[in-house]
Amino acid sequence: MVLLKGNASCQGCPHSIAFKALSYLENPIVLMPAGCSTVIAGLHPNSSLEIPCVHVPFPATPAVSYGLSTGLKKRGIKANVVAWMGDGSVDISYSLLAGSALRNDDIIVIVVDNEAYMNTGVQSSGTTFWKAKTTTSPKGKREERRDVALQMALHRVPYVATASIGYMRDFIKKVKKAGKVEGFRFIHVHCPCPPGWGFESSKTVEIARKAIQCRAWILWEYENKKFRISRISKKAKGDGLKDYLLSQARLRHLSDEDIEEIRRRIEEEWKLLEHLEKL
Amino acid sequence: MGQKKLLTGNHAIAEAVKIAKPDVIAAYPITPQTPIVEKLAEMTENGELDAKFVRVESEYAALSVILGAISAGARGFTATSSQGLLYMYEVCWWVAGSRLPMVMAIATRAIGAPWNIHGDHNDIIVLRDTGWIIGMVENAQEAFDMTLQAFKVSEEVSLPFAVGLDGFQLTHTAEVVEIRDYELPKRKLLPHTIEPSSKFALNAVTSGIPKLKARHEQAKDLEKAKEIIKEVDKEFPVSYGGLVEEYKLEDADYIVVMMGGWCGDAKDAIDLLRKEGIQIGMLRLRFLRPFPTKEIEKLDGNILVVDRSNSDYRGVLGLEVSAVKNGIKNVITGFGGMELDTQDFVKIFKKFVNNEIKDVEWWYGSAER
Repeated sequence: MVLLKGNASCQGCPHSIAFKALSYLENPIVLMPAGCSTVIAGLHPNSSLEIPCVHVPFPATPAVSYGLSTGLKKRGIKANVVAWMGDGSVDISYSLLAGSALRNDDIIVIVVDNEAYMNTGVQSSGTTFWKAKTTTSPKGKREERRDVALQMALHRVPYVATASIGYMRDFIKKVKKAGKVEGFRFIHVHCPCPPGWGFESSKTVEIARKAIQCRAWILWEYENKKFRISRISKKAKGDGLKDYLLSQARLRHLSDEDIEEIRRRIEEEWKLLEHLEKL
Repeated sequence: MGQKKLLTGNHAIAEAVKIAKPDVIAAYPITPQTPIVEKLAEMTENGELDAKFVRVESEYAALSVILGAISAGARGFTATSSQGLLYMYEVCWWVAGSRLPMVMAIATRAIGAPWNIHGDHNDIIVLRDTGWIIGMVENAQEAFDMTLQAFKVSEEVSLPFAVGLDGFQLTHTAEVVEIRDYELPKRKLLPHTIEPSSKFALNAVTSGIPKLKARHEQAKDLEKAKEIIKEVDKEFPVSYGGLVEEYKLEDADYIVVMMGGWCGDAKDAIDLLRKEGIQIGMLRLRFLRPFPTKEIEKLDGNILVVDRSNSDYRGVLGLEVSAVKNGIKNVITGFGGMELDTQDFVKIFKKFVNNEIKDVEWWYGSAER
């Protein structure tokens, strides 16, 4: 167990599920920028994590992680250094993240993506879902959503994957795989957030699975320079989009037209991944 | 006696860093600092220096990489100037607050806007509140010496150390520099060194009293650094006098307080005035943090502070010194590479001696205002 009981996570928190995957890494050290995870990790002098944790300034995570990884290597110490970032951290540290990928830094980046700045009270982020309402997009988000995993893969790094807390076996398999590779490894984890998205706290896993089934979130891997759509997403039929969207308060305002537009965008994403898989 | 080399201020720093054997160097180029890290890149590529040189995409990343490396117990170095220092400013607080040692060279330079790549001290002074040790050298030899000493002092008190040297005036002019025979101890491991076996979280949310305490401890250790700086200065092949250098102070009625490369020209001016029978001397600040309060307290005479940086209408050193001494005069000049020679200092000092300097005066020399 990485995350101890009695921690400060909200009821139904997807991050508290995601943390479990870290226990499958050898010698993990986790680095954390500001975000929900900072709060979950606990107040000094306590820690709700059983593994060493370094809190770092908001945009700094990939670079500090690499510095730590390099410093330990210089001292002959083996570790799996994990940059544990939210989607807010991805936005603010984007140039550092890209720089780290470019250098093929020996770190594992895990993005626990709850699709908004949840720790500051649900503001729109780069990965916020199309048209979703947040406190800074009260009429729905108009910008694109950032496909950060694909952008990382285009740096030709050794390992990139998307994952979901709704399918932990798949996520853990990917974390294990990442743990055995050297260089820049990136896993983007879909983390539906009950208070942020507006659904019952008992339904976190259910919503996460619905996202996969309707392809609002697609599981894939990039390994040895090859893209592969993961088995779970391949088996998903792409059904239930309307149900997935309308089961969340942030998307309940969508018209049928909006939903059709989102369906088209999802199809485009799916086709792109199918195309990449054929390469 | 060590070997003598003709070195620019920048290369003198690189030579000192080579002796200090850092494990990790991360840097992003910025004028006038760039030749420091170019030289270090060359040294690491050709095997003279066994360090990992990380080519980063920004100063923010440079200091962040070093923050990680020193958390792991490694020795770290970076260098920057001006906008670069501002860009990494957030991380400066984190390094000091994490109570980790490292050395950073700052080739001091003006800050925009408007654009200017030349020297003044408006960049380095922004570190004042961060908890860093801030030194400021007068020449390339001192740049070499202070850089080497910086690793030792920093590691003794677990606080980062910035070595300032004036952009272009020192960074790009060559002097004969003696490579000292000086061996640094290995970096000792701190209780909060991060390894996979560490059983704690570093820098978790710390509220109220413990936060006050953390900052208090940091401030106390910065005070403690005063003694360590003096000890290291004494044991070094050449002693500079600790936090300050006293120049012709013993019988001085008139005292100028300054820091940086232009002190050399000002000392020449003092020599000229001395020949005219004027009892004038200099207290050269080698350190802005920790601030040499005691050394200033005991000054006995009329004080003029000459500044290369300002905060509101006053000079920054002027403000600092006036927190210790009343009734000082303050001249602000030399911004953005504006050059002052010995004759300029003769003029300023004569006005000061004749009591013709205003409490705060912005000095343009003979140029049109």
